[in-house]
Amino acid sequence: MAVTVSIPTILRTHTGGEKAVEAKGGTVAEVIDDLESRHAGLKDRLISDGKLHRFVNIYVDDEDVRFAGGLEAPVKETSTVTILPAVAGGMR
Amino acid sequence: MLVIRKDLLDEIVAHARRDHPDEACGVVAGPEGSDRPERFIPMLNAARSPTFYEFDSGDLLRLYREMDSRDEVPVVIYHSHTATEAYPSRTDISYASEPEAHYVLVSTRDSAETNHTGHEFRSFRIVDGVVTEEEVEVVETYMFAHTGADDVPDLG
Repeated sequence: MAVTVSIPTILRTHTGGEKAVEAKGGTVAEVIDDLESRHAGLKDRLISDGKLHRFVNIYVDDEDVRFAGGLEAPVKETSTVTILPAVAGGMR
Repeated sequence: MLVIRKDLLDEIVAHARRDHPDEACGVVAGPEGSDRPERFIPMLNAARSPTFYEFDSGDLLRLYREMDSRDEVPVVIYHSHTATEAYPSRTDISYASEPEAHYVLVSTRDSAETNHTGHEFRSFRIVDGVVTEEEVEVVETYMFAHTGADDVPDLG
């Protein structure tokens, strides 16, 4: 049983253009490692120094993982994982 | 080039003025592949700051789910600068992650340099950290805007 991971436009170069891919894992970190095994380069776009990149949001179902245990946030077999780039900026 | 309806441009500028001195931000969604901004979606600046903007992460998820279900993409992603020119900052560039989007900036500073739009309203592509300014064409309707020369019946 695999979870569905929704991929944003900017990262679809790593998934051959696919909007959603399947992955296995019991935590967000495990899901990302599993993705990396088939979609090389994806992990570096999401994580640096063992932490979620500040430009990226990852959600398990409706929950932003930053508020739900970070990379150790649990993922159920029925979960949908959504990756979205943050939309932010400023004058400096 | 960004081709945008005047009523949408007016909505963006009005939002920027309303939220001044905080930065305002939002999206104009349009059908995937059309490059045509149609649906104005003002967003809350979760940072509520004069120098920074950020879509709330929950709002962002709801926005993308809604656009997905309607086969829309963010054709325009806009925000305001409240004390500086309408040009992408280093922060704007580092966060920019929609290579297909038109990044629109509006300045609400006192000495805003208005252009042909009547406002300091400019549009950019930001791809792999490289900023390219583009022309802005303001139209009343999209009905005729994308008609290339080949589509016009030969009157001769």
